[in-house]
Amino acid sequence: MAEKEHIIIESGDAIQPFAYTVGMYGSKFFAELRDNGRIMAVRCPKCKKVYIPPRKVCGECFVEMNDWVEVGPKGVIGTFTILRFAFIDPETGAQKPVPYGYGFIKFDGADTLFQHYISVEDEKKIKIGARVEPVFSKNPTGSMRDIEYFKVID
Amino acid sequence: MDRAAIIGVGMTKIEKSKVRDTFADMAWEAVNKALADAGMTIDDIDNVVTTSSDFWDGRTISCMAVGDASGAAHKNVTCVEGDGTYGAFYGMTRSLSGSYKTTLVTGHSKGSQSISSLITNSAFDPIYERSLGMDMVTACAMQARSYMHRTKTTPEQMALVSVKNHGNAMKNPLAQLPMNITVNDVLKSEMIADPLHKLDCSPVSDGCAAVIIAHESVATKFKQKPVWIKGVSFCADSFFFGDRDLSRVKSLTEAAKKAYAMAGIKDPKKEIDVAEIYDAFSYQELMWLEEMGLADDATAGKLLEKGDFNIEGRLPVNASGGLLSGHPVIAAGLYSMAAVVKQIRGDAGGFQVKKAKTGLVQGLNGLGGQSHCVWILDQEK
Ligand SMILES: [Zn+2]
Repeated sequence: MAEKEHIIIESGDAIQPFAYTVGMYGSKFFAELRDNGRIMAVRCPKCKKVYIPPRKVCGECFVEMNDWVEVGPKGVIGTFTILRFAFIDPETGAQKPVPYGYGFIKFDGADTLFQHYISVEDEKKIKIGARVEPVFSKNPTGSMRDIEYFKVID
Repeated sequence: MDRAAIIGVGMTKIEKSKVRDTFADMAWEAVNKALADAGMTIDDIDNVVTTSSDFWDGRTISCMAVGDASGAAHKNVTCVEGDGTYGAFYGMTRSLSGSYKTTLVTGHSKGSQSISSLITNSAFDPIYERSLGMDMVTACAMQARSYMHRTKTTPEQMALVSVKNHGNAMKNPLAQLPMNITVNDVLKSEMIADPLHKLDCSPVSDGCAAVIIAHESVATKFKQKPVWIKGVSFCADSFFFGDRDLSRVKSLTEAAKKAYAMAGIKDPKKEIDVAEIYDAFSYQELMWLEEMGLADDATAGKLLEKGDFNIEGRLPVNASGGLLSGHPVIAAGLYSMAAVVKQIRGDAGGFQVKKAKTGLVQGLNGLGGQSHCVWILDQEK
């Protein structure tokens, strides 16, 4: 018996455009990153925790934060993975080239972790606690891609 | 406090793709199975809570599309977005509210209809996280790495979780992936995201589950033996993954402590007979067990090797096969709850454990477990 065809309705090329505001905290973060290559975080006035990415509210203390501090740009790997399966890039819809490293970076002076790519040129060097620094984009636009990736430094 | 009990459960088989069923078709099947299990008709149901996620369903207000098939016509129907255990929590509070005596809770999803990594990517922060491609597998791989680093849990121990649960699934006719595999099979399966191999990860799944929760005044009025809710709690951690200590799960520890206290449990290691927990990835079963105090810190891997968590072991964990053997997101926690209900009633068939007076169910919300929901269910009121 011939295999039956399933009738399926696909969403096709339909898109849902959406404009996410980055807010005043995000604006300062991205402007400093783009214009000065500086990594800006905020400190909680109560628990003194330094948050990156910066945001208005310390959830632990439920207080507003306005105390800006520069952190990094060097730091250590908090945890990481090496992706070996091609995931779809949400920005382009294309398959990403593998392998690539993805990690949480603890910038010097920050208390929370910042996620980004890690260069996998020498996989043996990628370890929890390894020191890293960002490689900045030559054409910064004010986005997360103003940092291209982090690389392990010895 | 007034008490509530689970008096009926119904589930569809978990499958890779239920191409014959719409969301409402799946709800129809699960709801009718739960009503039959309870010995009730839809007229005995006072109100309905559906559980779904708009992104997974590919539509806005996804709950409204399953109302008719869930018997919600002319009734108060509401929706929870998140794991089914959270829908059940809301359902329980409604049965205890005084306004309703019986609540039907459903949870559904079809992973087959979308690209999972894009859906889970959308759960992350759109400004700082999403554009780099963070998704559930990436996030959990990093959590696994943190957990292994702190506890010295080995890839072999993680693989053994997958071996145990896929093996258990062979005794559960509703499971999607019953498999007789070895630790070596897991370690040789494709490396997806270090340290997670393909067989360390749960599959993409379709399914719907329903449970009926009744106030104590009507819990024994119908055919089914009630399974009593003795303790329940949920706690949440911070939204940004990077704010948390990824090797620990503070919110789970707190939720478990509160649920134990409510149930009067002093030594969970001794008093819990059976557990179904959220093993979306192999390492999670070990990590959650330790964070709930069901194993000492950094020992779950060794206890697993000793056989403690096997169906015949000291504390059978995911005797149903768990989510590694079928993971319909959202519905998942209700499947776990139904599995424990069946254990306590003695209805679990091939995966029935010997002693099942008191059981634990754990569900979670948010990637890598931002929030956790812990239930203690019991044969006795
Ligand atoms: Zn604070």
